[in-house]
Amino acid sequence: MIDAATKAALSEAFPPIAWTEFRGDTRAVVPRDVLFEVFKRLRDAHGFDLMVDITCVDYLNYRGAEDRFGLVYLLASTHTNERITLRVFVNEPDLSVPSAVALWEGANWLEREVWDMFGIPFEGHPDLRRILMPEEFTAFPLRKDYPLQGRGERHNFPVLHREDA
Amino acid sequence: MAIDVPENVVVSKLDELASWCRKNSLWPMPFATACCGIELMATGASRHDLARFGAEVMRFSPRQCDLMIVAGRVVMKMLPVLQRIWSQMHEPKWCISMGACASTGGVFDTYSVVQGIDRFLPVDMYVPGCPPRPEQLIQAIIDLQDKIQREGTISGREFATRSRQERKRALVELPVITLPRGASHLPHGMRVE
Repeated sequence: MIDAATKAALSEAFPPIAWTEFRGDTRAVVPRDVLFEVFKRLRDAHGFDLMVDITCVDYLNYRGAEDRFGLVYLLASTHTNERITLRVFVNEPDLSVPSAVALWEGANWLEREVWDMFGIPFEGHPDLRRILMPEEFTAFPLRKDYPLQGRGERHNFPVLHREDA
Repeated sequence: MAIDVPENVVVSKLDELASWCRKNSLWPMPFATACCGIELMATGASRHDLARFGAEVMRFSPRQCDLMIVAGRVVMKMLPVLQRIWSQMHEPKWCISMGACASTGGVFDTYSVVQGIDRFLPVDMYVPGCPPRPEQLIQAIIDLQDKIQREGTISGREFATRSRQERKRALVELPVITLPRGASHLPHGMRVE
């Protein structure tokens, strides 16, 4: 739940934001082109000083879904204990999203993880490399069109035998 | 011609003597990556006391070990490390695949987990269980001791025999080639007994 004044101010400044409430949690669907502005305003004017988590949902073949990927940003204010969930929907071929590292240092590894697992490029990220999978891995394994058991990447290691050890 | 052997002299084969020495002083390399590692620690601790079987000297340097106990799942990113550690161990050396994950991948049937380390490494003993009880690991070590005593040789010839080279089901892409006895041109790494 966030302060009503915060919500009103944001709605006035950014009319395209769609607000929902669920069991006391405030959620907002933000268009991608104003995402960075919303971040900046939340941090500077409303005291949301902590990026709790960034994650992503792949809605491929999901019932009733219109967009492919839904990014989820969880923000918190350590002064007022307010929390807000921001969601951004992106579609192929342009999946890029503005990076939040300039505002919250902690977003660095979170965005690297989303890049590693879903292949969402964060524009302006200082060091967008894979963080969990090996560097030479080519796929994005948490996408729904990636097979559960993989495509056999990295199964090309040499087999060690008794006689050549 | 009878030889008069004094009572305090034992006649044995050198192979058996070497195997007897080796089997009673296995130095494990604990490659513990998951919950099986906790059971491995319990096995080495006082209640189950692996020292009774001469295998209590866990060394964290592969150069001092001759028994690698792979306890836990191995991910693809970890496999080069596992292979390097195995290569760094001195012969003669043995490998125990402890638990369902190390043996088959277990419940982690995913892109990132090795579906059984025997795809990439030679394994002597498999211990089922999730995780196995310490008694099971001890039984595996006892069985490995029997195996070492039974087929061990001082020159390590047993590691080159056909039965030790047979591939597991996962390695069907690398079959053991059956060659006529006396064939002179063998593929690399293949030997005919």
